[in-house]
Amino acid sequence: MSTLSVIEKWVEVRSKVLDLGCGNGNILSELQKTKDINGLGVEIEEKNIEECLLQNINVLEQNIDDGLINFSNDSFDVVILSQTIQVLKNPDTALEEITRIGKTCIVTIPNFGHWRSRLSLLLNGRMPVTSPLPESWHATPNIHLCTLKDFEMLCSELLISIEERVTVNSNNQSKWYLDIWPNLFSASAIYKISK
Amino acid sequence: MDNKISSVGKVQTQSFESKETLILESGEQLESLEMIFETYGNLNPERTNAILVCHALSGSHHSAGYYEDPDERKGWWDSLIGPGKAIDTDKYFVVSPNNLGGCHGTTGPASIDPKTQEIYGPDFPMVTVSDWVNCQALLADHLGIKVWHSVIGGSLGGMQALNWSIIYPDRIRKAIVIAAAPKLSAQNIAFNEVARQAIITDSDYQDGYYLKAGKSPKRGLRLARMVGHITYLSDEAMRDKFGRELKEDKLNFGYGAEFEVESYLRYQGDVFSESFDANTYLLMTKLLDYFDPADKCDGSLVKAFEPIKAQVMVVSFTSDWRFSPERSKEISDALLEANKNVSYLEIESTHGHDSFLFSEDRYVRAIKAFLGSGQ
Repeated sequence: MSTLSVIEKWVEVRSKVLDLGCGNGNILSELQKTKDINGLGVEIEEKNIEECLLQNINVLEQNIDDGLINFSNDSFDVVILSQTIQVLKNPDTALEEITRIGKTCIVTIPNFGHWRSRLSLLLNGRMPVTSPLPESWHATPNIHLCTLKDFEMLCSELLISIEERVTVNSNNQSKWYLDIWPNLFSASAIYKISK
Repeated sequence: MDNKISSVGKVQTQSFESKETLILESGEQLESLEMIFETYGNLNPERTNAILVCHALSGSHHSAGYYEDPDERKGWWDSLIGPGKAIDTDKYFVVSPNNLGGCHGTTGPASIDPKTQEIYGPDFPMVTVSDWVNCQALLADHLGIKVWHSVIGGSLGGMQALNWSIIYPDRIRKAIVIAAAPKLSAQNIAFNEVARQAIITDSDYQDGYYLKAGKSPKRGLRLARMVGHITYLSDEAMRDKFGRELKEDKLNFGYGAEFEVESYLRYQGDVFSESFDANTYLLMTKLLDYFDPADKCDGSLVKAFEPIKAQVMVVSFTSDWRFSPERSKEISDALLEANKNVSYLEIESTHGHDSFLFSEDRYVRAIKAFLGSGQ
């Protein structure tokens, strides 16, 4: 099962969905087709914003780091933060904000505890450069990378409950063996959280 | 991107007359109305491709193309309206009226009052953005357009687009609200008041009856335009365009136009004062000051936006200080809170408030994408 199909499974028909860092709007576009959702994206990349408009996706040009005070409490059924938390200045504030705005939140994170990253650091003695995280340490937009364990501990500190978790490999597929040692085997994880 | 310089070509002004009594928001009535407009492109048989373009303060119905000479008197939005342009006349039928109270042929202060057979002058009733929208709706009826594909405007034009989506939610599918504000700030009103005082205190104003007296308050109108014009530009744009450049290479120690910026403003003021009616200018600045859709809803913009069904795209420009991005954000945030279909774009531009007149690449692409999607 791919990340997108996991998200699809967790989003109910005709719900109101906010995708923070929505990229070119592909998740929202897919959810519009399969779940008839009422979607809104937030994005800062010009090219992505244009892509959203072309796909008829409502999109706000807004920097998540500047705050989300314009979104009121529980104003969305679902808030998605997909492969975005690691580029934010304040991931903890972001988690508190999304759980305020959304009744349910879906967060996907790249797992820095993946065996490739660990091995790369161990053997090369340099910050890992892997296919899911391809930039060198000085050029990467990913300023707040974490492992699954780190993320789960932060959620517990913030009193955010993790309702579900699905782990995927570097091909974005969930496999049974990943859950033998998720923090080592999975390249990414998809969390369903709420407060 | 293909930035071909194409024009709608030679255009003709059309006119529409309504004999129905028009009741204005102020309670005053107009017995008849003549409206001047231009159209570009072709209306499809289903009548679903019509776009209304709303002009701003001092604008006119002539928004694209030219009359005789291709290089002269180009429409004020010729950079955006035309074949292949942001508002593509190969796809859309564009309607561009001169609004009520204007001075380009639509009934206004310089028209004859049918009751007295005299020029209205200062006795022309005060009109509001809603009155403008209602007149535009009459024009739509006249043209057989039940639902606009889109209503688009910058500045005061954006306020009309917004008002359209509130007053006629079933007659508009998309609205593009560019470089606008939900209402004027004290500073905005202050600048308008300076402009009005410049006109009213000109001895040739004659309490507004200058046409009857065979005069024209040109000095006042010129000053009003000069002040206004400064608010349309950004500090950066003025620095780039004029800097401290002198017309001659030395100081003359006098009050002539020595700096380029002085001579530019004087020229702009001169041209404007020759072509625009002072009473119309007064009227339109007042109309701007009065605009406040939230006022009827206990000051709540969110409530005011409740009827909206259109998809709205709000666009602001980084260097605009007349209606800054924060003002556009107010509109966008209220639409968000009201659970409406809204998109918001903040476009990097150095041209200040006037940015909405320029065909900056990102701006053009965004308009095209928004207009073209979801059909």
